[in-house]
Amino acid sequence: MFGNFTAVNAITFEVKKGEIFGFLGANGAGKTTAMKMLIGISKPTSGNAKVAGFDVFTNAEDIKKNIGYMSQKFALYDDLTVKENITFFGGIYGLSRVRIKEKSKELIDELGLQDVASQLVGSLPLGWKQKISFSVALLHDPKIVFLDEPTGGVDPITRRQFWEMIYKAANKGTTIFVTTHYMDEAEYCDRVSIMVNGKIEALDTPKKLKAQFKVESMNDVFLKLARNPSPTLPEGKGADDNIH
Amino acid sequence: MKRFIGFIKKEFYHIFRDRRSLFILFGMPIAQILLFGFAITNEINNVDIAILDRSKDANTQEIINKISASKYFSIKQMIEREADIASVFQKGHVKAVLNFEKDFSQKLIINKKATVQIITDATDPNTANTISNYVNAILQQYQKQLNKDITIIYQIVPETRMVYNPELKSVYMFVPGVMTIILMLVSAMMTSISITREKELGTMEILLVSPLKPFQVIIGKVFPYIFLSIINAIVIVLLSIFIFNMPVQGSLFLLAMESILFIISALALGILISTISSSQQTAMMISLMGLMLPVILLSGFIFPITSMPWILQAISNIIPAKWFIIILKGVMLKGVGLTFIWKETLILLGMTVFFIGLSVKKYKIRLE
Repeated sequence: MFGNFTAVNAITFEVKKGEIFGFLGANGAGKTTAMKMLIGISKPTSGNAKVAGFDVFTNAEDIKKNIGYMSQKFALYDDLTVKENITFFGGIYGLSRVRIKEKSKELIDELGLQDVASQLVGSLPLGWKQKISFSVALLHDPKIVFLDEPTGGVDPITRRQFWEMIYKAANKGTTIFVTTHYMDEAEYCDRVSIMVNGKIEALDTPKKLKAQFKVESMNDVFLKLARNPSPTLPEGKGADDNIH
Repeated sequence: MKRFIGFIKKEFYHIFRDRRSLFILFGMPIAQILLFGFAITNEINNVDIAILDRSKDANTQEIINKISASKYFSIKQMIEREADIASVFQKGHVKAVLNFEKDFSQKLIINKKATVQIITDATDPNTANTISNYVNAILQQYQKQLNKDITIIYQIVPETRMVYNPELKSVYMFVPGVMTIILMLVSAMMTSISITREKELGTMEILLVSPLKPFQVIIGKVFPYIFLSIINAIVIVLLSIFIFNMPVQGSLFLLAMESILFIISALALGILISTISSSQQTAMMISLMGLMLPVILLSGFIFPITSMPWILQAISNIIPAKWFIIILKGVMLKGVGLTFIWKETLILLGMTVFFIGLSVKKYKIRLE
């Protein structure tokens, strides 16, 4: 897939239902590649992985119906209005017209977008696009939502507000799988895994990780790991991921 | 099906909200057909010429009258000295100079032979050629008139008849070419740009993560362009019928079917381009350089293929536009049926299948 380069090498982890799972790593550590394998855009060369109870090799279509995805670009159509975007994305997930209407009203009220609902998305500030993009990923009530660096390029206040939205979704029972390279965000997660050079070097709650490495913040955990990655981790022959 | 309609609706929003693509879609075809029809022409009309008449007798005057009476030429000026010829050309308006030798009538009667020199400005070789042919024709006619009392015993009279386009209207030649260009442009360039735009924006990823299957995404993307290309083809045919009085001799149904075949082959090329380019600019450059240039230069639209070097003739065979132009000329001008163009149709069909296969394969590779 990437020539001889192995972007993600034998990673093993499990995510529980309703959990906020932080998937951490430096740029180029393999986070996005691993996520792409889970959401069915890339195929792993070997291993086992289940998402929402479905196998990524054999039941990719079932997975797609049960997951939501928000990319780092907050991808929405700039030349469509907020409402048109919601209608379109609701439509491709097969939501009925009535359901789309309900959902878009709910979403617009919740985000306070009444005034701009008929404006083109291109004219909105980045922070709004981010929130709309997240809400659109949740439109079809997925079991798991994958967020690929969802807070890149937005200011700290907006980031804070965004994490509140994540908590709200998690409280409703949605599993959140989030990649980030902001280590302060790692503290907000229930559990985190840290990837270095295509391998998972640490996996636990932020609290336990800090205790294990005897440091004050996740940032320090990360720095310690990135400098001396442990050579002791078992070498598997593929990815064993289980996400519920 | 409902998903599909939603997708198409979205695609039309994109097209109608982007002024640039609207212009390419609807402004271009009309502008091009009018431009090619009116501006670019191989016929000459009212060409300015100058005359250097050094004998000024009855015969030269008669010839000059004939020339000035024709609609092809208008006599801009009379010059007196041979030295003025160069300066007349340099000013640029005059495209030809007729130079009658001294004592024209006398020589004609005594020697049975007199000469007139036709000097043309060959910076534009086609026009120069045409001018010299037209002047020749007028001189021939005058000669016939002089000889009408004398019987020539052996005489070969060539009788030329131009079929399918008796008036040699250049618009007949340009309509099939412009139609080919427009369909190529709309189908291949616009689709490749619109697909790469989704890649650039990151929305393609979202679509691929959704339950939509990749081929549904692609069909949703190209469907509006099939529809718009067909409308364009209809507009072009209507314009050429009603503005340029170009007849469509053959079956309209066959014309429509062949056009749809060509549109699909161009769409497949567009998809192929979108799989190998990551940005809209790249897609546009590849479409322009890789598709438009060959269509204009090597399809036989402007330059006859038979007079190209063999290597270019060989290359022209792999250009779908070449075959489509042959088909169009056959159906529109000659009024032939499928029995005469089945070979070209088959080649085009083969190419279409090949391009579709290749783009599906490329598209799949990209996904894995």
